[in-house]
Amino acid sequence: MDVNDFMKAVRGRRSLLQGLGVAAVGLSFTGTLAGCSSDAPEKSANGEEALLNLYNWDDYMGETTLADFKAATGVDVKMDLFENNDTLFAKFRAGNPGYDLIVPSNDFVERMVQADMLMELDHSQIPNKKNVDGAYIDVAYDPQRKYSMPYTWLVLGIGYRKSKVKAVPDSWKPLFDSDEYKGRVAVLSEAGDMFRLYAKYMGKSVNAITPADVKTIEAMMVKQKPNIAKFHSDDGQDMLAKGEVDLVLEYNGDIAQLMLEDDDIAFVVPKEGSQLNSDNFCIPKGAKHPKNAHAFINFILDAENGKKVTETIQYPTPNAAAKALMPESYKANPAIYPPADVLAKCEYAKFNPELQPLFEEAFTRVAAA
Amino acid sequence: MAEQDWKAGKSTFAAVSTAPLVWTLAFFLVPMAFVWFYSFGRNVGLTEIDIVGTLDNYKRATEWLYLSIFLKSLAVAGLVTLICLIIGFPVAMALTFASDKWRPWLLLGIMLPFWTNLLIRTYALMIVLGQQGYVNQGLGVLWGGASWVKTLVGLEPLPTWEPLPLLYNNFAVVLGLVYVHLPFMVLPLYSALDRLDKSLIEASLDLGAGHFRTLIKIVVPLAAPGIIAGVMITLIPALGAYLTPDLMGGTDSQMIANVIERQFKRANDWPFGAALSFLLIYAMFALIALQSMRRKTPGEAR
Repeated sequence: MDVNDFMKAVRGRRSLLQGLGVAAVGLSFTGTLAGCSSDAPEKSANGEEALLNLYNWDDYMGETTLADFKAATGVDVKMDLFENNDTLFAKFRAGNPGYDLIVPSNDFVERMVQADMLMELDHSQIPNKKNVDGAYIDVAYDPQRKYSMPYTWLVLGIGYRKSKVKAVPDSWKPLFDSDEYKGRVAVLSEAGDMFRLYAKYMGKSVNAITPADVKTIEAMMVKQKPNIAKFHSDDGQDMLAKGEVDLVLEYNGDIAQLMLEDDDIAFVVPKEGSQLNSDNFCIPKGAKHPKNAHAFINFILDAENGKKVTETIQYPTPNAAAKALMPESYKANPAIYPPADVLAKCEYAKFNPELQPLFEEAFTRVAAA
Repeated sequence: MAEQDWKAGKSTFAAVSTAPLVWTLAFFLVPMAFVWFYSFGRNVGLTEIDIVGTLDNYKRATEWLYLSIFLKSLAVAGLVTLICLIIGFPVAMALTFASDKWRPWLLLGIMLPFWTNLLIRTYALMIVLGQQGYVNQGLGVLWGGASWVKTLVGLEPLPTWEPLPLLYNNFAVVLGLVYVHLPFMVLPLYSALDRLDKSLIEASLDLGAGHFRTLIKIVVPLAAPGIIAGVMITLIPALGAYLTPDLMGGTDSQMIANVIERQFKRANDWPFGAALSFLLIYAMFALIALQSMRRKTPGEAR
């Protein structure tokens, strides 16, 4: 039990490297037995070196996907892991550190486009784009997918332990504005997400926050702070799994993965609505293997390959052909695909360079209060 | 032993010191100079920093919000250092007076934690302290036992056991920091106490001073350089602690290093982060300067 606990503490979807944030730590995995490969790089059919440097979230790839890709194309995938978009962005500020393919979230796609960090995609090299649900092609953050291809989408909600709650916590109130579960609640430490979700709770759009709202929300957060156990760094599912807290603000896939192991866990998107995110494949400027990167995107957007990824990561997929192959237990899981009426109230957050510093400073004040 | 002046062998000195000098210059001073320049800069767009020589970042960094976080970090680091000193001194004494057979093993015990990564040690401590952790499990069993004994003698049983909140608060942060920094305190103390002339202690005892008085009047003053070194070597890293408050702290446990980290990542405000970093570095310089000034003052026990 202790070994399992320990592993749980150390790994977990987007959490593994949280604690290592101090240093630029990269864990490398290769799809095949890398030790066997010879020193001279092989050429793949497209004339590039048979190598792809992928920079991905933790626990965010199919179990056999990298090896399957190697078998299909002969290209070795070297995958490094990042723990949040901010790290990804910080690493690219001084220029591409050597990656061919990255997986930023929607608002960071916008941000990286503005910072001129991304290469335009060549859609002719991605015929499997046809498998993507049309709703995920023409998106506000990247119209007509000039720079990105969707990998997953996510929604924030409340993961909870069924045996410890009196009723389904289908509102943000117990997390944001109530002492009902005093000390048994953990919320995100990501300032922007927190302010936007408070806006939702107050019945506003995540993209209509004014500086006055920031003040109001800050006061609400300070008032709520004694009831919160921890501002977690997206490792809330671990805290929930270990019984440290009973309610946690998290992404649906993180909780859906936990639900496979623990029957007492459930997930709900509050009735006030929530924030949607989408993670996307992008090719950064300066990539040495752009053709391999295109080939990998195309490979993932294949129905069967997309299905294998989805089976492992348990996130909603924008790949309609892959979704069609998934079992009913996945497609009908309300934690993964929340009911349509609730989803209708959820929104994508736009990147807002004016408000972000206000969010950060206000959150620093909340933590210091 | 005749001491030789290093000036007698200049080429040897140069050969030996080139590597560390180049290393320090290339990997410490040059990068720090960049950060120092950033601290006088301004964000232009998302990735560009214009070094305009502004003091705005320092002005903002000395606002009460950030100063109060500085002071709080200093208080936490000070408390940690004090606890390390109180726990570390007897440990160093035990090391000094241990028999030759035992001393290597005791020293090994002090060094052993260094063989494990700080992150792993912190997670291990979190597993021990959690709601379902070993401390709470153990206390829960004792509580259940006490309750059973009470019913046995016909009294009301105790109310159900509520796990103690040992994690995600300031207590956990201080505990974690003490756990991590204790060896830094013990080792300089031990090296000072080990050099201490034991006959002075015997003389003090022979002349009628009690054990406690001997400790206060003889041992502590003679170990003062070790105490000061230990305090510095504990206080400075504790002041810049980042990992422990982040992982073990609760909503109230933000320390200055956590704020600095956010400026470089989430806030994407490197100039302000640089200014905060340099304020922290200046504070540490001040501490070290204080120490060296003390060392120079005459009349130091010796």
